Amino acid sequence: MTEITHHSQVWTYRTPKKRLLIWAGWLALVALFVWCWQVMTKDTIWIFVQDAPRQAADIGSRMMPPRWSYLPELMVPLWDTLNIATLGTIGGVILAVPVAFMAARNTSPSVTFLRPIALFIIVASRSINSLIWALLLVAIIGPGILAGIIAIALRSIGFVGKLLYEAIEETDRAQIEAIEATGASRAQVLSYGIVPQVMPAFWGISVFRWDINIRESAILGLVGAGGLGLKLQASLNVLAWPQVTMILLLILATVVLSEWVSARVRHAII
Amino acid sequence: MSTASYPTTWRRPPQIVTDRRWRIALQVGILVYLVLAIGSVEVNWARVADGLERGQRFVAGFLQPDFTSRWNEISRGLVESLTMTLTSTVVGILVSIPIGIGAARNMAPRAVYLFCRGIIAVSRALQEIIIAIFLVAMFGFGPFAGFLTLSFATIGFLAKLLADDIEEIDEAQAEAIRSTGASWWQALNYAVQPQVMPRLIGLSLYRLDINFRESAVIGIVGAGGIGATLNTAMDRYEYDSAGAILLIIIGIVMVAEYSSSHLRKYLQ
Repeated sequence: MTEITHHSQVWTYRTPKKRLLIWAGWLALVALFVWCWQVMTKDTIWIFVQDAPRQAADIGSRMMPPRWSYLPELMVPLWDTLNIATLGTIGGVILAVPVAFMAARNTSPSVTFLRPIALFIIVASRSINSLIWALLLVAIIGPGILAGIIAIALRSIGFVGKLLYEAIEETDRAQIEAIEATGASRAQVLSYGIVPQVMPAFWGISVFRWDINIRESAILGLVGAGGLGLKLQASLNVLAWPQVTMILLLILATVVLSEWVSARVRHAII
Repeated sequence: MSTASYPTTWRRPPQIVTDRRWRIALQVGILVYLVLAIGSVEVNWARVADGLERGQRFVAGFLQPDFTSRWNEISRGLVESLTMTLTSTVVGILVSIPIGIGAARNMAPRAVYLFCRGIIAVSRALQEIIIAIFLVAMFGFGPFAGFLTLSFATIGFLAKLLADDIEEIDEAQAEAIRSTGASWWQALNYAVQPQVMPRLIGLSLYRLDINFRESAVIGIVGAGGIGATLNTAMDRYEYDSAGAILLIIIGIVMVAEYSSSHLRKYLQ
């Protein structure tokens, strides 16, 4: 039995140096937060902030009860919203499939040249929100649901492409080798070895994106791309709060319904 | 009997609708819907033709972005977006940790569990843009409303994933700590926290990334940030400035995504 003569012989989870570093990291984070907070709230009018609970109560009282008679007027925008989401998803999926095959390491025709391009398309599409896409497209091709459809399609490429190319890279090598061993051409390997393996993932991803697109297309009208958002914008502009409530309820119902449908379909496939 | 584990006959891949007649009806239904849907798209070709010229100008602006002439506004929007992102992520995480613990079935009594899951459901059902519209109406224009919007949206995302993580912890470890007579707080500190901490840090970094993307959008409805600058640039038909802003957004998102995935790998 030897006596513990020095503190370093006592077991500790971290070395003193490491603990110091962690504390310094937290301190830096707190300092950064305080600084950011000050920069951000430099121009905040605190009287408005203090007044907010009263404003909230006021808006709340104006929003109740929802104006049910406004519902028939919302049916055409609802139809438009569904069309934007569905046609946009179809367009996005059609564009995403070749991009995904180019981006996947095992199917890309040229890993050094085409793969980075495909990855850039995916990242660019994902980093720009569909509302921004819609803002650009409304400026270019004019307001209406076509701009909405294209915005949703462009935004979906990144999502579908990324998930699909990951699914392609995870395909089982053994099945592909079995088909290659029969002397199949590249196209035959693709259509008999890879496509059947990624098919369930493909449908799952498409339905999942459709579900997300329903949510997104409901607000695209805020920048003029048609659908329920257009009615929302119009009602907000004239401060018709009971109508706003009605629209929000309809959006909520649609979103819940689409989530249910997509969950059912994905459950059936996978 | 090792062969029994392999299927010896070929089976049709699973179908959603097994009845042939229903499948045909479904296919016809989808076709009819597509025809109707495409038919309801009204395209004003004259307007599109007008727009093509603008589209070319936009592409030109994208290729030759103009960072200088509107730099003051761009930098202000950028500072607003970045500060808003950081503060809202930090506050959102701080708020969502207790909610996440409350929404884990194995840590909270039933009443607390239902209440916290309710908060999460509300936060997830309402879209950022819609929350931003209301908060701008309440708190006035500017980044403060955006900060609140993003914090609120962070709660739904982080608290849900954290709660699911806590529910999936290794019960054996928690059991061992509890059997020593540990109190609830001690169990939280020694059984749950070490197991979920790496995931929590990873999710926080991921949310930082998402919050920046969202902060670029909520400015369109008046909640401050680079989105407001972008909206103004588009309204003024200054496509070269708009191209510059978009390039900055893409650049920051790429840097954030790359560094956060790198950091996550290092931490886990």
